Amino acid sequence: MLEYLWIVPLLPLLGSAMNGLFGAKWPNKFVNGAAIGSTGISFLCALEAVREFFDSGQVVFRKEFFTWIAAGNFRAGFDLQMDQLTVVMVLVVTGVGWLIHIYATGYMAHESGYYRFFSYLNLFMFFMLILVLAANYVLLFVGWEGVGLSSYLLIGFYFLKKSAADAGKKAFIVNRIGDFGFMLGMFLLFRAFHTLDFQAIFTSSTLGGWPVELRGHLGTLTFACLLLFMGACGKSAQLPLYVWLPDAMEGPTPVSALIHAATMVTAGVYVVARSHVLFTHAPTAMLVVAIVGCATAFFAATIGLVQTDIKKVLAYSTVSQLGYMFLACGVGAFSAGIFHLMTHAFFKALLFLGAGSVIHAVGGEQDMNRMGGLSKKIPWTFGTMLVATMAIAGIPFFAGFFSKDAILFAAFQSQNGGRVLYTFGLLTALLTSFYMFRLIFLTFRGNQRFDERKVHVHESPWSMLGPLVVLAVLSVVGGWFALPAFFSGPDYFSNFLAPVFGGHESVEAAGEAAVHQLELILAAVAVSAAVIGLAVAWWLYLKKPEKADGLAKSLQPAYTTLLNKYYVDEIYAAVVVKPLLWISTNVLWKGADVAGIDGAVNGIADGAIAIGDGLRHTQSGNTRSYAVWVVVGAIVIIGVIFFWPSAGRPVIGMVH
Amino acid sequence: MVPTSYYVVLSAILFGLGVFAFIFKRNIITIFMSIELMLNAVNLAFVAFSQALGKLDGQVFVLFVIVVAAAEAAVGLGIIILIARNRETLNVERVDLLKL
Repeated sequence: MLEYLWIVPLLPLLGSAMNGLFGAKWPNKFVNGAAIGSTGISFLCALEAVREFFDSGQVVFRKEFFTWIAAGNFRAGFDLQMDQLTVVMVLVVTGVGWLIHIYATGYMAHESGYYRFFSYLNLFMFFMLILVLAANYVLLFVGWEGVGLSSYLLIGFYFLKKSAADAGKKAFIVNRIGDFGFMLGMFLLFRAFHTLDFQAIFTSSTLGGWPVELRGHLGTLTFACLLLFMGACGKSAQLPLYVWLPDAMEGPTPVSALIHAATMVTAGVYVVARSHVLFTHAPTAMLVVAIVGCATAFFAATIGLVQTDIKKVLAYSTVSQLGYMFLACGVGAFSAGIFHLMTHAFFKALLFLGAGSVIHAVGGEQDMNRMGGLSKKIPWTFGTMLVATMAIAGIPFFAGFFSKDAILFAAFQSQNGGRVLYTFGLLTALLTSFYMFRLIFLTFRGNQRFDERKVHVHESPWSMLGPLVVLAVLSVVGGWFALPAFFSGPDYFSNFLAPVFGGHESVEAAGEAAVHQLELILAAVAVSAAVIGLAVAWWLYLKKPEKADGLAKSLQPAYTTLLNKYYVDEIYAAVVVKPLLWISTNVLWKGADVAGIDGAVNGIADGAIAIGDGLRHTQSGNTRSYAVWVVVGAIVIIGVIFFWPSAGRPVIGMVH
Repeated sequence: MVPTSYYVVLSAILFGLGVFAFIFKRNIITIFMSIELMLNAVNLAFVAFSQALGKLDGQVFVLFVIVVAAAEAAVGLGIIILIARNRETLNVERVDLLKL
């Protein structure tokens, strides 16, 4: 299967084409078959390819299928590769993607545009697989832009709803800003290395060594990495480009789970991890990545504290968790970042799917203030969501505990302001635990705050619950790769990724008793932070619900600032959108277009009319005036013949 | 021998008279006659130059002009007769159906 690796991305494209072209006339069963079948087979093919990869002794597999661009010495091809990092990404994308496809058949069952939804979703799978399998930056960028397109299409799936269409546009435009940086980064890399192939760039560092002007604090590499990171900020919703992700919740919930939680938004983390060779040689860029990640994690978590829309809480939580991943990459713990990427894909997809199941159960309501007491009515959803919440909060032996612990440990040990990063990371962990349990308590416990007679609460069908259960299991066991490390054993996950990230992570390898003890202490601190968050949420929202309102009132300015998301959207509107709109309206539209271009075209037409109007009067219809014109014409011609510099001479000459 | 310039000046005077009448006369037959006058003024110049240069080209040209003038006279007079019948006038000022 490795030799035919192209089949893995191509199958979803086939499914997308089938549904897109013929789905409109098919019954839902056929659409399901094409969508789930293509992604399912793709998942199986990926599994088989991974098995062959292990059989071959984990040698990096790389194959050039065909040349796409060839110009001079430059070549960009449809080259796919498979290494340890790709294994993790491909299995997450196809596996989680497949589960979400199954879920979506239940969730979208009563929606119109059923085939369109699955066509887009499969298209997304295709581009995402291209992104993670690509062996050069150019092909990666194809996938990168493709997932952006699919994201846009799916956010605006309910395109008749203005807010959904606007959210799609917002996501697309904000991503353009990041992609602009990404492309500039690629150009810089091409100028420095004359190639955009991963292998060629990354191995050139170990073979000949890079010239000094590339490295250093203000070298080309620093700028290239910062520009690539700008792209990652757009795609992975980091400060200051995170604003599109919360709005992206306008899309159907399976889309939020697949694209805006589990896979696409982690593409930025993947790119940073994939380019780790470049980043580790650009310490300034690393520091920026760590700071931006940490700041985003904390910032988004504070907004998440007060949101009342169940999906918005999860959206800000996603932004926050992505910040964790970048924090890990920034302090050089790439495998910890990827580890969190994987566990996050499990529990955040589960949380979104669970939220979708809740919304499904209460008939489309998303406001948590109008839920409550649902745990007995939809026990399966409640149970699985509780597991995911414990995983994200970092309760011991759930998946998120291990990955978050690894990140905090790496941040603590970082040389560049590690303690500050660690402190904010820890605070974020506390806030995460608080807002997630707040979500659970508000939604599932306490008093029922909706009218039972109007809302018929019902558990979701098994096509939706099945994926929830599978993901719940993964949210528990997904972190156990790192379990032995807690008993001074090997960390299987980072050992597995070690061939990719190489000796860049010496921290884990130290493995001394003192280091291990420190890790246990930090883990205990993180767990106590999670428990404090849980306890506060329990006290505020279950024990003394009236206290929550009182607290909001006593901290009125802070509360409203958070509720309005620090007014970031308003600031962007004032600083960026309004001036752009003004220039577009007054300069480009009314100035350049209306006055300039339209003016020129209309002016020519008006001129022709005016000249014609003047000449019209020569056609008087009066015979004698025509006679005058004939004479005048004859005189003019004779005058020209006589007085033209050369034309008249021979005639005069003949007279002599 | 009369100098060529005399013939040319006479030809110019005749042509000028023709143009003058062509523009200022209202009677269509007078206008027609003024056209004939201009043609013959040109003929005179042709013949004068032909003699001065010792070449026959000018005289050949005059024959052509006479032929064309005859044909033109036939067509022109036909038009005039039709105008006279339809409009019952020979005043060109009143032949103004095309006037704006």
